[in-house]
Amino acid sequence: MTDDTTATAGSTADAGPVLSIDELSVSLGATEVLDGVSLDVGRGELVGLVGPNGAGKTTLLRTARGTLAPDSGVVRVAGDPVADLSAKALGRRVATVPQDTSIAFSFAVREIVEMGRTPHVPRFGAMGDDDHATVERAMERTEVAEFADRPVTEISGGERSRVLLARALAQETPLLLLDEPTASLDPNHRLRTFETVAELVEEGRTAIAAIHDLDTAARYCDRIVVVADGGIVADGAPESVLTGATVGDAFDVDAVVTPDPVTERPRVTALADLDPDAEPEIPPVDRVHVVAGGGRAGSLLTRLDRAGVEATVGPLSAGDSDAAVADALGLETLEVGALEGVDDAALERLGVLVERADAVVVADVELTAGLAPVLSAVAESGTPAYCIEERPTNERTRDEAAAEAYRRLRVGEAGVAASTPELLAALA
Amino acid sequence: MSVARRATGWSAGLAVALAGVVVVSAGIGPVPVPAETALKAVLGAIALPTISGGEVVWYHPFEFSLRSSHRAIVMRVRLPRILLGALVGFALGAAGTVMQGFFRNPMADPSIIGVSSGAAVGAVASIVVPASIPFGLGLEPAAFAGALLTAFGVYAIATENGRTPVATLLLAGVAVQTFLGAVTSFLLLQSGESMRRVVYWLMGHLDNAGWADFVPVAGVPVLPLFVLGCFVVLLAYARDLNVLLLGEEEAAGLGIEVERTKRLLLAVSAVVTGAGVAVSGVIGFVGLIVPHVMRLVVGPDHRILLPTAAITGSAFLVAADTAARSAPQELPVGIVTAAVGAPFFLFLLRKRRVHEL
Repeated sequence: MTDDTTATAGSTADAGPVLSIDELSVSLGATEVLDGVSLDVGRGELVGLVGPNGAGKTTLLRTARGTLAPDSGVVRVAGDPVADLSAKALGRRVATVPQDTSIAFSFAVREIVEMGRTPHVPRFGAMGDDDHATVERAMERTEVAEFADRPVTEISGGERSRVLLARALAQETPLLLLDEPTASLDPNHRLRTFETVAELVEEGRTAIAAIHDLDTAARYCDRIVVVADGGIVADGAPESVLTGATVGDAFDVDAVVTPDPVTERPRVTALADLDPDAEPEIPPVDRVHVVAGGGRAGSLLTRLDRAGVEATVGPLSAGDSDAAVADALGLETLEVGALEGVDDAALERLGVLVERADAVVVADVELTAGLAPVLSAVAESGTPAYCIEERPTNERTRDEAAAEAYRRLRVGEAGVAASTPELLAALA
Repeated sequence: MSVARRATGWSAGLAVALAGVVVVSAGIGPVPVPAETALKAVLGAIALPTISGGEVVWYHPFEFSLRSSHRAIVMRVRLPRILLGALVGFALGAAGTVMQGFFRNPMADPSIIGVSSGAAVGAVASIVVPASIPFGLGLEPAAFAGALLTAFGVYAIATENGRTPVATLLLAGVAVQTFLGAVTSFLLLQSGESMRRVVYWLMGHLDNAGWADFVPVAGVPVLPLFVLGCFVVLLAYARDLNVLLLGEEEAAGLGIEVERTKRLLLAVSAVVTGAGVAVSGVIGFVGLIVPHVMRLVVGPDHRILLPTAAITGSAFLVAADTAARSAPQELPVGIVTAAVGAPFFLFLLRKRRVHEL
């Protein structure tokens, strides 16, 4: 056992990765949770660990801080194998913000934060001025100073998780591990917690956070590591890792990734309001064309895809989130440029798709000018048409000509459904 | 206010209260001794060890002229019993605090891992079948040995691959206690004429205490030094005990060697409890209630809780024993502590103040 006194936040500056995991395999009981995982995290990185529940994120973190002994493989923190470090030495290198924030004992908030100094204070010594100053600083950063003297049992869950972050800061470690630190927080607190962590990382600390919320991960992390099925399935910048395909595979859901209009970071939308074990509804149609737009058809496209129906979509502009869904599902999509709109070429291609389809579904879309020729073409094609009307027609009328075309389509033989499930039933 | 100052302040205040209880108790008995005389007699008993010519010589800083009968009653009869009660109460209060914190369980008390039932088997066997005790140990050593063997056995049963889960330890302790209870009952059935003595021991008692109970070796009372030594060790781990309250995984993350610390806390608590039980029999409820009450008063921080609970345990047991020996027919003190303690505990329970540690 080595008991070092030197490894504080600053001293591991350039000596290789702060955390180095090499061929790590870990079992819980008889279940192998991690299998041959390797991961290096350098100083000043904020790594988001994402993956479905039970994928091994928490296990990875627990092994990284020496709580779990691996079956094989080595975890090094600031150069030294975790297994060779005394608890005290490790407590000076790694601090953890735990997932479960319940504390059953009525310690004052300050007392809890002071416990973060445990690895720095000798057994027969008291906390010195430096220790107290560190504790106060940690409490101010995390905005818990104002209730420092309240019992920790009497503050809210959000406040408690900030107290635990303060405690981890008071440990003054180069490496911070956060296990779903914001799972119990409202969006405002979640933001503030990650802002704080991001600041710390800018100051030179390293943080690894298991994050359930992919948008948060994408927004704050420089690097996303996707853990699934006992291994790392993707590792890199959020833009390159958080693609519909990767997320879909890892989480076993259908997901769409679009750039967030404000932060420009990837935004992930899971489409799985579907029970994967449920019997797929199988309409006796092979091919359906969907007139989509504005994100109104995401659920329909996913369900059709699940049911084994070959769906085509269009016309859609490239930035439409329905287009992203179609892309994620690999559907044939009639895309139109934002400037050209639905021109003759597009109508011609639409004609082919509609001709090939057994049915056309008009989703609950906004009736804009560009849609008028599309709806007319559908009405004239002779292919059976269905409309989903979650909202009344007049609420989504943006253009009279389009509304008129829509009405003519309905007056014809079109079936009308009030919701996606109802439509699927109608198709069957 | 800093922790050290709060701990010192509380401890000093409670120590004064304890001194008061000791003096009052020294005045109470079949022969009433006036308060002033009792105070003088107690002060006169204070002795400081000095080394002179390689031998321990006791120096008495206070000397008063008192009626020799009063002095003899206080010095020879009452004070040994009072101080023994104080010592046992101190040990039980401290060990109870540590066990409740260790197990994070409000039902834990010093005998939770079978120390008391082990001591009982040792003591009862030495009364009923003295021939069964190896090395011809007397009652107290047999009780002490029984306590330690049991504690170690429970620990060994609950340990696997160097880890001792607290829940397993608790269950193993309960099971072993039940088993040893059966052994004690069986021995009790075989006890014949010594049954009264056995029952009396089992109920917890401090009567017939004399200075010999402090295990003097070469003029130095070993038992108090031993208890104090254990207490100092526990106090040194008070901060670790606080951190352990957050859970073992958290504690490990904060730099605590969890298994080693648990082992040490268990061993020291078992030893100090065993020592107390060996000289006084099974005195219940002191180690359960006193830590609870003090936690309500001073909070969960063991750096303050441990010394205050120990001193309060002292005062409580001295007071309870004073009541026990003042009853028309002298009672075993274990009856008094349980009879007073249990209703008080239930009162706290109904007030919903003891749901957490």
